[in-house]
Amino acid sequence: MDDLYREVIIERYKSPYYRGHLDPHDIFFEDDNPVCGDHIEITLRVDEAGIVTDAAFDGHGCSISQASADLLIESIHGKSLEEVKALNKEDVIELLGFDLGPVRLKCALLSLKVLKAGAYGLSVDEVSDDLVE
Amino acid sequence: MSQSKTPFDVGLLRADFPILDREIGTAKLIYLDSAATAQKPTVVIEAMNDFYRLSNANIHRGVHTLAEEATAMYEKGREQVANFINAASAREVIFTRNTTESINLVAHTWARANLNAGDVILLTEMEHHSNLVPWQILAAERGVRLEFVPVTEDYLFDMDAYGELLKLEPKLVAFTQMSNVLGTITPAKEIIKLAHDAGAIALVDAAQSVPHLPVDVQALDADFLAFSAHKMLGPSGIGALYGKMDLLKAMPPFLGGGDMIKTVHLRSFVANQVPYKFEAGTPAIAEAIGFGAAAEYLQNIGMNALMAHEHELTKYALERLEEIPSIKVFGPSAENKGGVASFTMEGIHPHDIAQILDGEGIAVRAGHHCAQPLHEKIGIPATTRASFYLYNTKEEIDALVAGIYKVKEIFG
Repeated sequence: MDDLYREVIIERYKSPYYRGHLDPHDIFFEDDNPVCGDHIEITLRVDEAGIVTDAAFDGHGCSISQASADLLIESIHGKSLEEVKALNKEDVIELLGFDLGPVRLKCALLSLKVLKAGAYGLSVDEVSDDLVE
Repeated sequence: MSQSKTPFDVGLLRADFPILDREIGTAKLIYLDSAATAQKPTVVIEAMNDFYRLSNANIHRGVHTLAEEATAMYEKGREQVANFINAASAREVIFTRNTTESINLVAHTWARANLNAGDVILLTEMEHHSNLVPWQILAAERGVRLEFVPVTEDYLFDMDAYGELLKLEPKLVAFTQMSNVLGTITPAKEIIKLAHDAGAIALVDAAQSVPHLPVDVQALDADFLAFSAHKMLGPSGIGALYGKMDLLKAMPPFLGGGDMIKTVHLRSFVANQVPYKFEAGTPAIAEAIGFGAAAEYLQNIGMNALMAHEHELTKYALERLEEIPSIKVFGPSAENKGGVASFTMEGIHPHDIAQILDGEGIAVRAGHHCAQPLHEKIGIPATTRASFYLYNTKEEIDALVAGIYKVKEIFG
């Protein structure tokens, strides 16, 4: 349990670096975790070569969901959309630096799901947990 | 309703619940999630075990000894449940899977036979999704109109607004007797009386009330009343729908299949009598026996004594929680409230609160508790909910408060 609330989580939750809404943006996506009502939206700017030049997230939820979103958004600056599409749950676990239990992993993966749905240009109906497996 | 035979002694009662000896990590389990599901006493567990060990067989129409025993035990479960809510006849109790299925049964049978486009169903803003979505589905299909009795600023059922809304001449008033989020106890008897005066049928969502308050369907004059076994110390997978016999008799069947028929031909069938008409297929037999055992266990304790114990706990919990800075408890004052304390803490998400409390062995629930519209109304996405039952103690509430201070410490 103490693992879950490492300094990085509490810090990123309280003072995220990448919280905001980019306007204009090239990619926007938002979704909820229906179980707990957590909400994440992402906005990305992508250059002609398909490289993410700027990214931000907004939303509300538990410390795990919001801190993971902040870390994830940080990690994709300078990455190509193809690289973003290839991200999976192991990448999120690596970003956090420790494994969460199965229940809280869902909280951490919401931002990845939203990010990948945006990168693929999916509609809300097409989003499923398969995206992050 | 039988009166308590012995004084209410929480220490003695706790010994009836084997799970309460469990540890979570190194901490002793403190179970404050009974509004989600209650723990089970040994008598319930053993009643079900005995059935499987000694008497297991399918019910109805069997000739052999085991089939007769199983049928008698299943029907005894029905009588115990009927007795617990003081139904005029055990046949007025239909076994379902849970409260949700009970309400859906009414929506599929009574409502589809009796409601037409433009007819009004009156609900409240504090309904659980199970007393909301079945009616939304019906509304979309039939053009039935849904209206909602508001919750007052004090988190109570708004009687004045209800009086106004009854002028719409609703055909059905379906409402919770106790909110699973706010703990609000609604004046069910008065609500039903006014519904009847306006020509409406009344359905009570009693998922939270039957486990915690004395409920007498005849005194309430309820037309339908829905509840689950698992919230009242019984097993999951079984619930009940009480209905007045004349209504049940006039209703079309629910699911089609075995046991719900009297005769079947290739192109037609004649439905069985009430309640079998609504119980297609092999039911949850062991669970019905466990359900009956739970009802009898509660009846022996006495619902008035149980209610008084929970009221003391709730009052104490509200006092202790409200001492904590930056905490907000939602719901009415203790007089109108069941054993539920839903709260928020500034800047800390309910999920995180629940997780840290779990580290202390304390089980609470976080989320919108299947009442999203109510959360929208009070303007918050989620709450942390501690809920109490007969086996909880003031010491456990002290531990909850200590756990909350730990949450504050971690989040600084």
